[in-house]
Amino acid sequence: MSFDAAYHEKKLNSVGTRPLRPDGVDKVTGKARYGADFNVPGQLVARVLRSPHAHARIVNIDTSRAEAAKGVKAVVTAADFPDLTNGNAEMYAILDNCMARNKVMYDGHAVAAVAAIDAKSARDALRLIKVEYEVLPHVVDVDAAMLPDAPVLNDSVFTGGVEPTPTTPSNVCNRAEFGHGDVEAGFAKADVIIERSYKTEQTHQGYIEPHACVATCNKDGTAELWVCTQGHFVFRQNCADLLGLDASKLRVTSSEIGGGFGGKTHVWTEPVALALSRKAGRSVKLVMAREEVFRASGPTSATSIDVKLGATKDGKITAGLATLRYTGGPYPGMWAELGAMTSFACYDLENVKTVGFEVLVNRPKVAAYRAPSAPMAAFAVESAVDELAHKIGMDAVDFRIKNAAQEGSKSSYGPVYGPIGIGPTLDAAKTHAHMSAPLGPNQGRGMACGFWFNFGGQTSSNMNIGMDGTVSISVGTIDVGGSRASMALIAAEELGISYDDIKVVIGDTNTLGYNDMTDGSRGTFSSSMATVSAARNAIEVMRKRAAITWDIPEEDVYWEDGHAKAAGSKYGNLSPLSVAEIAAESGNTGGPIAGHSELIADGAGVSFATHICDVEVDPETGSTSVIRYTVIQDAGKAVHPDYVEGQYQGGAAQGIGWALNEEYIYGEDGRLQNAGFLDYRVPVCSDLPMIDTQILEIPNPNHPYGVRGVGETSIVPPLAAIANAVSNAVGVRMSHVPVSPPRILAALKAEANG
Amino acid sequence: MVEVTLWGGLRPLADNQQSVTIEAKTIREMLRKLAERYPGLSGPIKNDVAVAIDGVIFRDDWSQVIPPDAEVFLMRRLAGG
Repeated sequence: MSFDAAYHEKKLNSVGTRPLRPDGVDKVTGKARYGADFNVPGQLVARVLRSPHAHARIVNIDTSRAEAAKGVKAVVTAADFPDLTNGNAEMYAILDNCMARNKVMYDGHAVAAVAAIDAKSARDALRLIKVEYEVLPHVVDVDAAMLPDAPVLNDSVFTGGVEPTPTTPSNVCNRAEFGHGDVEAGFAKADVIIERSYKTEQTHQGYIEPHACVATCNKDGTAELWVCTQGHFVFRQNCADLLGLDASKLRVTSSEIGGGFGGKTHVWTEPVALALSRKAGRSVKLVMAREEVFRASGPTSATSIDVKLGATKDGKITAGLATLRYTGGPYPGMWAELGAMTSFACYDLENVKTVGFEVLVNRPKVAAYRAPSAPMAAFAVESAVDELAHKIGMDAVDFRIKNAAQEGSKSSYGPVYGPIGIGPTLDAAKTHAHMSAPLGPNQGRGMACGFWFNFGGQTSSNMNIGMDGTVSISVGTIDVGGSRASMALIAAEELGISYDDIKVVIGDTNTLGYNDMTDGSRGTFSSSMATVSAARNAIEVMRKRAAITWDIPEEDVYWEDGHAKAAGSKYGNLSPLSVAEIAAESGNTGGPIAGHSELIADGAGVSFATHICDVEVDPETGSTSVIRYTVIQDAGKAVHPDYVEGQYQGGAAQGIGWALNEEYIYGEDGRLQNAGFLDYRVPVCSDLPMIDTQILEIPNPNHPYGVRGVGETSIVPPLAAIANAVSNAVGVRMSHVPVSPPRILAALKAEANG
Repeated sequence: MVEVTLWGGLRPLADNQQSVTIEAKTIREMLRKLAERYPGLSGPIKNDVAVAIDGVIFRDDWSQVIPPDAEVFLMRRLAGG
């Protein structure tokens, strides 16, 4: 990479300002086009037949009556998805999840799909498909799935990461261990030890917009896909791999996105829509119903976590130990491993050990959810940290400050930290007015810290300078959190022009080089780096065009304050040329002016946050109200502070829902009982206070403007912050999330009964 | 010389070594020589690794220069939301 990504401090005119968001009006007036807003002439409507069983062998599928039904143009089953994965277990899992092959692995698993001339014909045809199942024993609970007599989901899974490899299959597909030092020696030095088990329930990302796509396969091998996604290039590659298409002949266009939070990093129905289109010879529109989104698109893991934490009386943690068990749905993942890596990452520990177990259960395939796996681990560890602080009589913030990781600390997942921001967030919490505000009856205050890795990745950007000097930019990272506005601000800063003269769009897969998904908090970090690079390349072109215009050597022209300027006194009469002036002459100085960039954005840097919250608990009903909430997080540099605050508030809101109400509830039959927003309750505006934010700006040395990813870390602390606040309000330690009214009442009753 | 620490899952593929010393100037050279010495690491290196140099995690930029005496960790390639 020839591009210099190093941070250089400079005076800023555009970056850090708060212009109106460019997508706002379209979104609130219904003009923005989301996944389901796209239609093509003659398109068919698809519906998916899903398993009513949690675990069953597919004995036979008879689609003949559906195929013969009026209006039906195509029916697909696993027979239409030959295994092209060539031994790639991860892709095979995606294939099997898109359309069950030999067994259905969860309630809602797809077994067949129909494309018909209208929705009624498609729905009616689903009823004509006869599936013969041999129902098998199921297991949905993480701890139950680990028991020796649990039904085994996959006979070919043997626990990895243990020596010797077991000879009998198991639902535990992997064990991963991290840490350093000697935890037993550390506990021997402790004056006080906390040891407790925690549980968190499975939650969904809960995006407002269901998955939707329109697929068109043509006879010449080309295809098009309009889709709501966090990564159209990744969707293109996955769909091409699964269906045997040439990736470059599959053009994927991303719609506006109504939330993703990790759930739209994964293909669910898109290969099915393409397969139906290929079979029918027509375009096919497939929109998931809300119930299908819950039953069959990736939620996060349910977990069971044990934590042991020891400290001296003066508040120094001597050892930390955590055993983390995470569900992955029916396929192997690395969810517990991520939990094990992140659980103690906020602290400087001499002795630490974490062990993660990946557990298969008859639930939907887990997908990433905003800082995947970190919130649950933080809930357990931050609860124990709080309890330990109380037990030794130390303020919870002071206790964390005393033990916080800093530059030079060996992280619990291995490497030694460079400069990091946990300390400043804690210092800011310590002095924040929220921390000393008085509390009323039945109210409690909690706080917690959180960590997430962040990353970058492959990124492209095209910048075209119009002949009137206005600028269009195409980027390949989906805008899920305001990155288009941030790109325009960054480009305005680089070019020295107005934000209003720049239009940013998301390019489709045929107009840009490959881009990784918008995940890992990488959207603004990565694409702004590519945009800076593209702008500097465009400036280089404009510098040369100025030299041509003036008929002077290129090396005598430099760029400053949005203008090409001639160097030295011998060109004293030459007025600087603006972008608009250079662009106006471009037709006679060499043609269109553009800047391109294809790069790897790496060095994103880890991220930390500290949250404070106050709750009030009704002791009669167990109902909890969040009455005040504060997020403190390092953004490196907030390019558009409104959006950064929005990310902080959004993560906190999702975490509050997870902490207080949201959970997948399964019946004895292994079927999901609450697949809808009436029974799966996400917080709405009236449930939440104004969430205060404090943006810290400690520049990331690996980005030209010091930017850090901000999208994910804000969901890490809330589970623990809320649970700590509720525990402090009711005087009983809450160890099972969500801390719902029935759980609070049960805990109060148990406490009263001794 | 670079001393690279392997995450637990890789160690059985590298004669149960916790860390391996390699002569390498870049991530690319380090990974290539690791795979040459321990062929079992080829698969994970191709699909599944990130490299932390002095605490900064690199997932893709294999041209990254490894400074002398840098602390180097091979980590699992991370998922994000």
